Amino acid sequence: MDWNLIGIWIAAFLTLSIYSVLYQDNPFYRFAEHLFVGVSVGYGIVLSIYQGLIPFAWKPFEAAVTGESFIGFIKLIPICIGLLFFARLSPRHTWLIRYPIAILIGFGSGIAIPNVLRANIFEQTRGTIEPFADIYAGTLTGWGIFEAILMVVGVVCTLTYFFFSVEHRGPVKWLSKVGIAFLMIGFGSAFGNTVMGRVALLIQRVDFLLGDWLNIIS
Amino acid sequence: MNMDRRIVFILVALAVIIPMLLSVNLPVSVSEPTQKFYDYVEALPAGSTIMIAFDYGPSSLAELNPMAKALLKQCFDKDIRVIGITLAVDAPTLISALIQEVAAEKEAVEGEDYVFLGYRPGEVQVILGIGTDIASVYDTDYNGTAISEIPMMQNITNYDQIDLLVDFASSDTIESWIIYANVQYNQKIAAGVTGVIIAQMFPYLQTGQLVGLLSGILGAAEYENLVGAPAKGMQWINVESFVHLLIVVLVIVGNITYFIHRSREE
Repeated sequence: MDWNLIGIWIAAFLTLSIYSVLYQDNPFYRFAEHLFVGVSVGYGIVLSIYQGLIPFAWKPFEAAVTGESFIGFIKLIPICIGLLFFARLSPRHTWLIRYPIAILIGFGSGIAIPNVLRANIFEQTRGTIEPFADIYAGTLTGWGIFEAILMVVGVVCTLTYFFFSVEHRGPVKWLSKVGIAFLMIGFGSAFGNTVMGRVALLIQRVDFLLGDWLNIIS
Repeated sequence: MNMDRRIVFILVALAVIIPMLLSVNLPVSVSEPTQKFYDYVEALPAGSTIMIAFDYGPSSLAELNPMAKALLKQCFDKDIRVIGITLAVDAPTLISALIQEVAAEKEAVEGEDYVFLGYRPGEVQVILGIGTDIASVYDTDYNGTAISEIPMMQNITNYDQIDLLVDFASSDTIESWIIYANVQYNQKIAAGVTGVIIAQMFPYLQTGQLVGLLSGILGAAEYENLVGAPAKGMQWINVESFVHLLIVVLVIVGNITYFIHRSREE
């Protein structure tokens, strides 16, 4: 039995079932949709158990119990803290969930705040201002100078649009209007790229149907 | 005037099927972000190590698989060692098959030229853990071989031995790589991303936090062109151009019809 061929026919059937919703909702579409959700969740759970729970929790603990490595007993501490998430299932013990959440938030904030500030605020500010050093040094071309100025105008105007502490009247109003124009261009660019991405998905499925399934194209 | 949306679907389907059957070939030029990506990899000497994070699942294969294939071909041609990992839970099986397919074509040897370590849960913890000791996160590769028994991993402990990290991503994992691997460990990073998130990535390219950037199926086509291995990316971008043309025409026709209709109502 050619399992590869059977796989191709199942994939073709499911692809056509999903696209059939473009005509109207139907049982084939709903079957394929539910199958996808079920398989995705099941696959995710199994993989998380085999690639996460077993190597990081079960194996060290097993090694500690059998006397191979006592470090597994130390791992009991995070394992027990993690198990406190299930306290939510008991109304009397729900308050225990605060501890793992507090640790997660504390760790997450501590590790994220300095790095995020550096990556998304300091580096971006440097990137916005730095081209002016090149202008001063005379190393930028005319187009480069235009780009540098345009970027600063875009940043200032867009930030002005989100500055709500003063009323948007007079010069502030016009700066924020320019900011809206920059935002619209950004949204347009994002939308255009999204269309490109979605069309690529369609092309890949049509390529599969015409090539692997029907053998019309090579 | 209201047009049945199913007519639009049929037109889009035809715009995909007809160019695909006719095998239309349009020229592909190379954009600056793609060229930067290619030049950086090309400048790495033989024996260098690239870590590739394949952070995408089946729903993004269409855009990211072609560029991943092109990069793997370039690496194996240049004797650059590849460490594959993934932060996406639904990716390992697909990525393992992809790497093995390219490796077989280029006669790359598993464990010596490449290794696929698979998936580990906890995005931030994995990224930070690699910075300390890869073996603390991945004690075995995807096949279950102990990392201490893999020849190419003998001298690789953390980011210090990785010359470039490439993230093929369909979500915000690239920002996590930048925030933790680039900022904390000064790791050089390049990215290949889906069209949906490309607009968010350009600021990182401008500041140099990304050394190169591939955008969706267009980036894949450009990279295949540079590597000299035309494949699905170049084939599909031709079809894509016809669909984009159709969408532009539909937008223009829709707007003209709207304004005519409004002026008649007034």
